[in-house]
Amino acid sequence: MLSSFWHWYVVIITVFTILASLWLLRWTKGISNRDKDNETGSTGHVWDEDLVELNNPLPRWWLQLFYITIIFAFVYMFLFGGLGNIGGYLGWSQEGQYEAEMNAAAEVEEAIFSRYREMDNETLMADAEANATGQRLFANNCSMCHGSDARGARGFPNLRDDDWLYGDSFDTVMQSITDGRQGAMPVLVGHLDDNAISDLVVYVQSLSGQKADAAMAANGKQTFDMFCVACHMPDGSGNQALGAPRLNDDIWLYGGEPEAIRTTLIQGRNGNMPAYKDLLSEDRRRLLAAYVLSLSK
Amino acid sequence: MTYNDKVVRQFVVVTVLWGIVGMLVGVIIAAQLWMPQLNFDIPWLTYGRLRPLHTNAVIFAFGGSGLIGTSLYVVQRTCHVRLISDKLASFVFWGWQLIIVAAAVSLPLGLTQGKEYAELEWPIDILITIVWVAYAILFFGTVAKRRVSHIYVANWFYGAFILTIALLHIVNNLSLPVEFGKSYPIYTGAVDAMVQWWYGHNAVGFFLTAGFLGMMYYFVPKQAEGPVYSYRLSIVHFWALIAIYMWAGPHHLHYTALPNWLQSLGMVFSLILLAPSWGGMINGIMTLSGAWHKLRTDPVLKFMIVALSFYGMSTFEGPMMSIKTVNALSHYTDWTVGHVHSGALGWVAMMTIGSLYCLIPRLIGEKKMYSIKAIDIHFWTSTIGVVMYITSMWIAGVMQGLMWRAFNEDGTLTYTFIESLVATNPYYLVRMLGGLLFLSGMFFFAWNTWKTLGSKEMTPIKASEPADWGEHA
Repeated sequence: MLSSFWHWYVVIITVFTILASLWLLRWTKGISNRDKDNETGSTGHVWDEDLVELNNPLPRWWLQLFYITIIFAFVYMFLFGGLGNIGGYLGWSQEGQYEAEMNAAAEVEEAIFSRYREMDNETLMADAEANATGQRLFANNCSMCHGSDARGARGFPNLRDDDWLYGDSFDTVMQSITDGRQGAMPVLVGHLDDNAISDLVVYVQSLSGQKADAAMAANGKQTFDMFCVACHMPDGSGNQALGAPRLNDDIWLYGGEPEAIRTTLIQGRNGNMPAYKDLLSEDRRRLLAAYVLSLSK
Repeated sequence: MTYNDKVVRQFVVVTVLWGIVGMLVGVIIAAQLWMPQLNFDIPWLTYGRLRPLHTNAVIFAFGGSGLIGTSLYVVQRTCHVRLISDKLASFVFWGWQLIIVAAAVSLPLGLTQGKEYAELEWPIDILITIVWVAYAILFFGTVAKRRVSHIYVANWFYGAFILTIALLHIVNNLSLPVEFGKSYPIYTGAVDAMVQWWYGHNAVGFFLTAGFLGMMYYFVPKQAEGPVYSYRLSIVHFWALIAIYMWAGPHHLHYTALPNWLQSLGMVFSLILLAPSWGGMINGIMTLSGAWHKLRTDPVLKFMIVALSFYGMSTFEGPMMSIKTVNALSHYTDWTVGHVHSGALGWVAMMTIGSLYCLIPRLIGEKKMYSIKAIDIHFWTSTIGVVMYITSMWIAGVMQGLMWRAFNEDGTLTYTFIESLVATNPYYLVRMLGGLLFLSGMFFFAWNTWKTLGSKEMTPIKASEPADWGEHA
């Protein structure tokens, strides 16, 4: 709300400006020529040798257009507001319009979502209509990182394979969507010399079955056992409780080539899955979880 | 007493040059929207940096040089006196060019205030203020010294343009510098947004409308060799235009954090603006009405009549787009971009081009450009270019608006954003080709200007004696 000073300031200059326009129209209509016999005659002014002015009357259709817009202005301000704190007769506001449209949509949606609420998770995952909605939710909320086919990209997990960073239970996926995830790979080996890092890279490669120099891998294993096992486990099978990726398969979140592994080791990685609890209702998050799980089943 | 046409000639030449540069950058960013790889991963060439370079170059370098140059030509001839100071005129010219160069360097470097059409950082803003005050002194000083009692209508519009741009520029750019290339505005939140669009819309109103109406009021009757249609229409639409334009800014902020009452006020004043805007179009077209037969032989008049038509069309489209219901569809889409270009290319650029084709030969005491054929070619490339541009953006804009708002029964959006981009892509190509066509015409303009002025010495033109107005004086 405006203070009463600003309220009246707005009211007075608004009304004054519109009324002044009306007065201007009336006044200029009356500007007459010195030569009364000739309504369209020249004003008698001459500039730059040949610039002269006629004084034709204001076109009637144009004048009427002007009056119509002014009448419209007063009618609109009466109905919808505009004069400071004086609200519109119809009580319209953009907030009200938003609420009304959202409520109307919610009624339609309720009929749809109440059906899903009664389904258990397994039934939901198998329901074609539910998955169709889930797919659309995915396209508008998730595909910018995970891809419209959900196959992910570097740094963004592939959701179509059966490899899960945090586990494949419905509740786990639901939690990932609701609260988000922070997948932090800390820099623990940054102080080691270049050879030690190279050895460690080779060992990590060997875990996934890539060809590796046995001597280097043996050296690398010592480093691995010292720094990496706590999260990635001694056999490299990872830890879903921590979101630590499995290293003994050929699925790579940040790339499995030596340079990529080296960067991961030296610079660390920070994966960030944003939380959707404030963005999507629980009904929708549940449909999303069901859809995502249905992709890898 | 002779006229100072040296400064006019300087401004004319740079208007052509900056027109080509500004439009070239426009074509480059249009190409990037069609094919994003075309920024070649070079930071200075990315869309976010080149877009403000394009808008600043076409509005302030091309449009600004055109306005200052023609205003200094017109004010001398309609006041029958020489500019009050040659040194000041020179200062205005070189100062304005320095500002343009500073903009051309700082914007690609990424130095920006982040305010649309007011991106330039505070040291350049201060320079603009100084040069603008010098320009105001030069213009109004010359008006004050005039040898005729009545001030010609073109000068009212140029005068309103100069005064209001000073006000808008200073208020919107009030900010707290933190270092040489960075400052923060003194306004916050919705107030900052409102001040920005009060500035932004009035930049359209006073720079791109009032200023060019001043140009129209001198060069249209000059080229058509006929009288201005209605003196009283010019009075009423002048005062109504400058009084009402001031209020229209909030229509840029429909359905935002701006209070409801202010949005409504912005909308109704935008609608009232329709008639005052059209007043200028009527006066211009009716001034040409005695000269329709000349359109067959004079492509300069064709530029002017098409410019006035686009002016009428975009000042109709603007109020319509300010209606909340329409705006809910058009806002944030390429429809807005099309609307701006029907004004910027169709009205501003074509009026400037037409006026300069009228002015340039007169600088050397002639009445015609070197090649009339080249003007005709330029006319058709420009006209077809604008039409391609705005029709493609209309289709793209309405399509985007409809795609973004479409949703399914379950509350999900029917289309993802990327789908709307894919659907828009062919129209981006058509828009780029339209822009390219418009740009290509500018080279005919440059060639013709070179052929007309290039090698010729300018002999100072004697100021014409005021006509005897008899008892009317």
